[in-house]
Amino acid sequence: MTLQTVLLVAAALFSVGLYGALSQQVVVMVMMGLELMLNGLILAAAGFWWFLAPDPSGQVLLLVIIVAMTVEMAMGFAVATHLHRVRRVDMTDMAADLNG
Amino acid sequence: MPDTVTTVPAGWALGAAAILGLLAAFAAVLDGVFTARAAGAGPSGLTRPLGEMARLMRQRRRTTVAADTLLWRIGSSGLLFMALMIVTVVPLGEWTLFDLDVGVMWFNAMDVLAWAFVWLTGWGANSVHSLVGGYRFLAHGLAYELPLMFALVAPAVAASSLNVGTVAAAQVDLWFVVWMPVAFLVYCTGVVAIAVWGPFTPALGSDIAGGVTAELSGVDRLVFQGGRYALLVAGAAFAVPMFLGGGAGPLLPGWAWVLVKTVALLAVFVWLRRRLPAFRPDLFMEVGWLVLLPAVLVQDLLVAVVVVWRT
Amino acid sequence: MITHISFWALAVVAVLAGAAVFYVNSMARASYALAVSFIAVGVQVLLLQQNYVGVVTILMMVMEMAVMAVYMVMFMGMNPALMPMSMVHDKRHALAAAVGSFVLLAAGAVLIPWPARRGRPPAGVTVALGEELMGPKMLVMGVVGAVMAATIVAGVVLAAHRTRYDRFGDDLRRRPAKDPQPGGVGR
Repeated sequence: MTLQTVLLVAAALFSVGLYGALSQQVVVMVMMGLELMLNGLILAAAGFWWFLAPDPSGQVLLLVIIVAMTVEMAMGFAVATHLHRVRRVDMTDMAADLNG
Repeated sequence: MPDTVTTVPAGWALGAAAILGLLAAFAAVLDGVFTARAAGAGPSGLTRPLGEMARLMRQRRRTTVAADTLLWRIGSSGLLFMALMIVTVVPLGEWTLFDLDVGVMWFNAMDVLAWAFVWLTGWGANSVHSLVGGYRFLAHGLAYELPLMFALVAPAVAASSLNVGTVAAAQVDLWFVVWMPVAFLVYCTGVVAIAVWGPFTPALGSDIAGGVTAELSGVDRLVFQGGRYALLVAGAAFAVPMFLGGGAGPLLPGWAWVLVKTVALLAVFVWLRRRLPAFRPDLFMEVGWLVLLPAVLVQDLLVAVVVVWRT
Repeated sequence: MITHISFWALAVVAVLAGAAVFYVNSMARASYALAVSFIAVGVQVLLLQQNYVGVVTILMMVMEMAVMAVYMVMFMGMNPALMPMSMVHDKRHALAAAVGSFVLLAAGAVLIPWPARRGRPPAGVTVALGEELMGPKMLVMGVVGAVMAATIVAGVVLAAHRTRYDRFGDDLRRRPAKDPQPGGVGR
């Protein structure tokens, strides 16, 4: 367990999440992709903290990532609910009004 | 780390599991006796769990069409796993298996697993009634989980620590249950809820043919029901260091007091099953958010004020 | 030694479970595969000695995935286990982007000469985090609190379709409120 290996695992998680976020059509599945990317970020931040600078302030970053995940999740569910109620759709392709 | 608690080698996990199993069996026997007494004349009910166990061990597994067997098995065996994970951080007198500095959070992380496991048990069978039961449990969960979390905040704030051993050691003068009764009652509600016990049995209700357990049979059913009893035991055991002063008590050594207090609280939980009406999930939602949550938040505020004032 | 073995085992579990999210064709399995991935990462964070953050990750993500599964079932009103279908678009480009990002990040992780470790971990990591949050990093805590409150309000506004006029009538005088779901407190 070195910094390099931790970062490799984090990169793998991030890339799998990126694939999901780009390729999935259903809003909730896209959110899962985003969550997986943030999952990689948590691991990378934890690795940086432990192997580079284990001072107290570094952990605050991890809490911020977790908060970002919560907010993403809550707003994602709210938007998905709204979209479903207004248009009866759950696909990103059918909500492309702002697609320029 | 406090010096009041020593970590024992991992091999003792078997001992902890054995104690958990014995106490779960005790709870089952006690429930059998209460059932027999409620039914009036008849056998004493002492051997009821034994007979039920033998019956379930011999029963053939029922299968359903297009069941998600993997998730179903994970769900039905999960409650037992949760109980085992919870007791790892509970100190038995001066010994503990896992002296985690965030033991209180650990309990919390394990108790939310109930959401996953109970719902998965309901989902896996691919049966309407069991899925309805799973959703009933989630509806209860939305109501009890936040009050339970904030109830655990109170002892942690009072002891200025998330370590279970330190929380127990902070109660030498006065047990936390005495000056934070609301938090204790809400905690007990939460424990009864994660064990799908007593007032929280609508998820297993007979109006939906057994709910989550509708299609469970044989060993799976045995493990699920055993897991419920084990969760009651684990919840009662965790309440001892959090609210009931840990191993403190006259004459007997610490470990004995922990066991005595656990058994006492466990007996109350089992007895409560026949004394309280079922909480309807839709109605309990508002009770949880408008009564339990504010009450426990006020309790936390009072505890925080007392702690600041004392220092 | 045990730390290394468990780290690699958890790494394999985390990545495979993460990939399974987009491979399995059951909503419940996808949600809970993600939960498994998060639990594995949470335990890895525990291995990296950040107990509080690791346990909080497990706690939050299991809860979120339980909710996620409900949303999946609610919005994808069919059982893909019974009628398999592909729900992806632009798969080739997505795959290329994912592989590209992995190569880039992995090259960075391996090739960059990381500096030596600076400082030592504090004796009580969780205590240090708490004091940091309630002391020098109070601003972060304040902002997080405000953002969370705003999220709750915005989420309810977006998701709720009934307004106070639906509940209390046009003159806002109807008591008790007319709700599709009766509550348990005094109604």
